[in-house]
Amino acid sequence: MVQRTTEFVVGLFMVAGFAALVFLALQVSGLTPGGATDTYTVYARFNDAGGLAARGRVSMAGVTVGRIREITLDRETFQARVAMDIDASVDNIPTDSSAIIRTSGLLGEQYIDISVGADETAMQEGDAFYSTQSALNLERMISNFASGR
Amino acid sequence: MPQQTGWLPGVAMIERIRGLGAQGVDLMRTLGRSGLFLFGALGGVPRPAVGLPLLIRQLYVVGVLSLAIIVVSGLFIGMVLGLQGYTILSDYGSEDAIGQMIALTLVRELGPVVTALLFAGRAGSALTAEIGLMKATEQLSSMEMMGVDPLRRVVAPRLWAGFIAMPLLAVIFSSVGIWGGMLVGVDWLGVFEGAFWSNMQQSVNFVDDVLNGLIKSLVFGFFCTWIAVFQGYDCVPTSAGISSATTKTVVYSSLAVLGLDFVLTAVMFGSF
Repeated sequence: MVQRTTEFVVGLFMVAGFAALVFLALQVSGLTPGGATDTYTVYARFNDAGGLAARGRVSMAGVTVGRIREITLDRETFQARVAMDIDASVDNIPTDSSAIIRTSGLLGEQYIDISVGADETAMQEGDAFYSTQSALNLERMISNFASGR
Repeated sequence: MPQQTGWLPGVAMIERIRGLGAQGVDLMRTLGRSGLFLFGALGGVPRPAVGLPLLIRQLYVVGVLSLAIIVVSGLFIGMVLGLQGYTILSDYGSEDAIGQMIALTLVRELGPVVTALLFAGRAGSALTAEIGLMKATEQLSSMEMMGVDPLRRVVAPRLWAGFIAMPLLAVIFSSVGIWGGMLVGVDWLGVFEGAFWSNMQQSVNFVDDVLNGLIKSLVFGFFCTWIAVFQGYDCVPTSAGISSATTKTVVYSSLAVLGLDFVLTAVMFGSF
């Protein structure tokens, strides 16, 4: 009888451990079950990617619509080439939209905001944003201001 | 020594060097014994019919009985993190980042490390004292006399129980800590709940943070249990011997955990 109680309590302990792991996976790290959601990839070139990082947020009108997959250096133009995975359900981004690097809050993470254009045709897999706006560089702004330009 | 005067300082020096060498040899012998001990306990084919009830008994002693101290400590550490984080972050107007701070600190560092330190103090010392007393009262040698291998019968279930219990305890610690941080941050200090969770989910990665934390706690569990059980098995079978072995368990485990944590963090999170 004692042995059975012990077994039961140890079983509860193991279940609690696994429940905690599931909590960490789903609620804390935001892992979605059932594999990755369907996405398509678009690109944007920036003169200065600033503090942008992989896994960062891509948003439209403040709503998250995708994530940054990777940031590489374009060896020909010496620009930062950002690849982002956009949610497949958002398939009507006009081709003349622009990608802007913004900062959330004063010290928050940088993210890409898509400013919607007016074109009839939508962006497809592999397309690139025509117009982009680089990260706001506070030091450069201050030095420009100080030198009166 | 008083009789070594005048022309004899060389002898005292040689004596000292000899002592140093003997200490080194002793240290290596202890290390070798602990390796052979681990191999003897874990090697060979396990027999589930005999081993499983013993393992469950030890999981109860090592894991379930440590649960209270783990949950309470986790809750308070999470709450302190919430308070401290709020005080610092609100200076910059970014108290929304509190969720991310609490989660990353707990999952990467405090969860595995503090759990391992508590585990060494709560379960490790008990293991050492138990096995040490078994040795002092010659239960281990009488087992050998009856043809039962004490390494397999007494030591192996305790080792396995430690390896299994430690990661589970660390995961529970982190979860309870995050919940405690949420209690303070969201319910008490009024951080917006949506921002709390979404900031956290954006910055915490399952593989990089949660799984690496789990690997850390596995490694810590391995070393803590190994040290504890070996110190008990290797102790001088007197009451003073058991007491010094218990002290050694806690000291060595804590040092091993903190040292290994630096190495593991450098490998997992250092970007070089």
